[in-house]
Amino acid sequence: MVGKTKYIPTIGIECHVQLSTKTKLFSEVDNDARQKSPNSCVSPVDYGLPGMLPRLNKAAVRYAVRAGLALNSKINLESRFDRKHYFYPDLPKGYQTTQLFYPIIGEGYVELPSGGKVRIEHAHLEEDAGKLSHENGDSLVDLNRAGTPLVEIVSMPDIHSAVEAREYTKELWRLMTYAGVTFGDLYNGNMRFDVNISIAPEGSDKLGTRAEVKNLNSFRSVERAVEYEIKRQARLLDKGEVVVQETRGWSDATGETTSQRSKEEAQDYRYMPEPDIPPIRLTEKDVVEQKALMGIPLWIYRSFLRKFLSEDIVEVLLDYKNLTDALFQLNSYLCDAMNLTDEKPATNDQRKVLSSKLKKIANLFSSVLLAEENSSLLNDELPTSEQLNTLVEMNEKNELSSTGMKEVFIKFFDPEMHFKDTRTIAKELGVVQENDLGELEKIVDAVLAKPETQKAQEDFKAGQEKVLGFLVGQVMKESRGKANPSAVQDILRQKLQ
Amino acid sequence: MKTASKDISAMTLVKEALTKAHQYQEQYHIFNYFNDTEAIRKAAEIDERIKRGENVGRLAGVPYALKDNFLSPEGETTASAHILEGFTSPVTATAVKRLEDEGAIMIGRTNLDAFAHGSSTENSYYGPTKNSKDLERVAGGSSGGSAVAVALGIVPFATGTDTGGSIRQPASFNGVYGLKPTYGTISRYGVVAMASSTDCVGFFTENPEDMDLLMKVTAGQDPNDMTTLPDFYDREEKFDDPIKKIGVIKDFDNEAVSPEIRTCLSREIEKLKAAGHEIVELNMPALKYALAAYYIITPAEVASNLSRHDGVRYGFRSENVQTLDELYNNTRNEGFMPENKRRIMIGNFVLSAGFYDAYYLKAAKARTLIIQEYAQAFEKCDLILTPVSPNPAFKLGEKVDNPVAMYLEDMMSVSLNLAGLPGLAIPVGETTNGLSLGLQLVGPRRSDQELINFAKRMRGDHESAEDEHVDLMGGND
Repeated sequence: MVGKTKYIPTIGIECHVQLSTKTKLFSEVDNDARQKSPNSCVSPVDYGLPGMLPRLNKAAVRYAVRAGLALNSKINLESRFDRKHYFYPDLPKGYQTTQLFYPIIGEGYVELPSGGKVRIEHAHLEEDAGKLSHENGDSLVDLNRAGTPLVEIVSMPDIHSAVEAREYTKELWRLMTYAGVTFGDLYNGNMRFDVNISIAPEGSDKLGTRAEVKNLNSFRSVERAVEYEIKRQARLLDKGEVVVQETRGWSDATGETTSQRSKEEAQDYRYMPEPDIPPIRLTEKDVVEQKALMGIPLWIYRSFLRKFLSEDIVEVLLDYKNLTDALFQLNSYLCDAMNLTDEKPATNDQRKVLSSKLKKIANLFSSVLLAEENSSLLNDELPTSEQLNTLVEMNEKNELSSTGMKEVFIKFFDPEMHFKDTRTIAKELGVVQENDLGELEKIVDAVLAKPETQKAQEDFKAGQEKVLGFLVGQVMKESRGKANPSAVQDILRQKLQ
Repeated sequence: MKTASKDISAMTLVKEALTKAHQYQEQYHIFNYFNDTEAIRKAAEIDERIKRGENVGRLAGVPYALKDNFLSPEGETTASAHILEGFTSPVTATAVKRLEDEGAIMIGRTNLDAFAHGSSTENSYYGPTKNSKDLERVAGGSSGGSAVAVALGIVPFATGTDTGGSIRQPASFNGVYGLKPTYGTISRYGVVAMASSTDCVGFFTENPEDMDLLMKVTAGQDPNDMTTLPDFYDREEKFDDPIKKIGVIKDFDNEAVSPEIRTCLSREIEKLKAAGHEIVELNMPALKYALAAYYIITPAEVASNLSRHDGVRYGFRSENVQTLDELYNNTRNEGFMPENKRRIMIGNFVLSAGFYDAYYLKAAKARTLIIQEYAQAFEKCDLILTPVSPNPAFKLGEKVDNPVAMYLEDMMSVSLNLAGLPGLAIPVGETTNGLSLGLQLVGPRRSDQELINFAKRMRGDHESAEDEHVDLMGGND
């Protein structure tokens, strides 16, 4: 804690989401510039040639509606574009086409997984600017990104800690990726955050002066920047100084924010209604249509997962929509197999069976796919519900140990194997467990006859329980891993009594 | 207009036009660019196609002049502005494409006030165009070059743009027809923007018939211009009553309007009455706000639309530059004309924080009033006849140093642009010292074809009156 006074931070966040439409907001060139050479996805409209006029991409409007629905927002059936003027080489027209007076997305809210709620003031459609880079004293402009559709989501100042700020931005990211409106690739700037932070002494009914930290591109940097700002502002107030209203930049390297522009230097954007684009008019039907098309909302995934997993794992898994989708599919596959329908829901016992299976697969996902060394598998095609179901069943019948299950699971991602059924893969790997007691007894006998196990047998009989592990290991080795270890243990106990 | 056929070749038409164009250039300064090579190549191509018996379009081989603010890859598009120097467009404007698809051939790009800012073509970086009737007077503007090209008979038609009168005023200064269509009739795609909410593409012609043909060719929705209206021109078979109720705006009948123009208007009114039409007097008090509203709204849009000329991507860039601020300041300071800068300053002022409500929003409200007032007027009459401008063509240099006097030239034309209404300037004779006089027919939105038809009828009445006169003379013989 800094100083004597306790301060309450108040935080509002503006989030820019790049929409993953095929073409740009106002032109028909490719919107996905990843791996493309600079200035190769630029139309005369995006280039700001004289006489060019915007041609609104209807898909971007549909995506904005979906984004709004994901934010529990009111969709404004009439919205309009405005021009925001400033000069910068990455802004070809000298103004950004955005929505100030009549945004497409009205008030809404985001529920945080930890229970809080952040209200959304509004969200609007706008175009992205290009990118500048500096080389040997030259400044280079790349307009591939100019004209990419963005939804800017403006929150109310309902956030009161760095952790909450991080949680909110992460939840926004999930909401937008689940709504299918963005690739959500933070590394490539698909989502960027501007954070407004002020602090006020506890009990004060007035908010402090805010500083805005611009252009944060990860949840971690949002959290760190807020932490830093809270400390910086508290230090100033403790010294009796004032916080200046200004725009600040964040450096991941130094972990500090630095002043960029004060309020006095702030630009006058000279907003004006955009005369080249008629108002966007939607009907209730258009909105309902998008609701149907946007897929299962995040909250349904969350409540589904929470039925059989702890909240920690749920939150981790939710970051990977392909994994949660696979679990969802497996669930319907299992329900079908059990002949469950809406009219004939699962009994308590059936629910337990379902949960246990789903939980095993979910744990497999998190222990295997989310392990650092397997991160490359995450983008591959996942095993089918049928393959996963057999995997769980073999484990339940003791035909596969949990280690065997993992080995088979990894093999699903082998291009040579992924089309094979689970049992074939398990056999080829030689990890199917021996459960035939007669066979197991033979192997146990063979091990007990070996001279190197004699001492251990005597020790066990003398009461040293822990050597049993060694003996089980020897049997497993003899069986080349196929023996079911718990069955082996039982047989050993019998024989050594 | 004459189109190329087996009887007359496109080459003849085009060469004739080019010869005249070059011949008049030194005296009148009409063109910024001559398209000789391309025009001759295209003419040969059309003649070849005529020989083969192919369909060559409704404007086959017709030479025309293009106002130099339309984009096409033929010649630099300069908008008569220094800041666009060296700019060749990779894009062709929709209107140009539609004309050329029907076989029209551009012979040159015509002079205008830089970025169409002006009423005299004196604000051109390349110098003024002279009036077709009097070399000491202005051509009018901003489409001065196009008006003079048609008035001198160089080409049968020329394109123009009308943001506040820029077609109608030079048309009436030079004795030709000039149409500003209903806002959104012809695509603005590929036309250097002046003020997006009032800009209209239109034409200069020698007669209403040609105007009708050009509208048929170019009017219609364009996906590249979201403000274009669904196709309406020549689409509706309406009963066209030959007897009209014609509105005359009382508020324009004052000292601000020159006696020549007032006399000319009264004379036309008498003729219309004689032809059986009913005259309706209109009181339109909101029109007095039109000029003020126009000179707030359009500069705001001008300032915005001209922001893209920053020296970064195309056109002129100042050489004397060290920093980014200098790049912007020096390029724009050296590249824009004084009138451009004046409008940019006014526009940025009325949009700036704290002034937006007082100026821009108030002007937008006045605009709504004007729209309503016209709507009410058209409940009482079918069309309105008014002067285009308060004076005939004025002397070169007369108003250059007095921007307000220059703006007053637009007082009768701008209200149509604010309301999005069509206006057709028609030639109605000459002053005693030979200057052209013009009036404008104004109709409700989408009445463009009716205006053209009425102009045909007015000219018909006029001509038959002359015929009678000739007959009488004959009788005396």
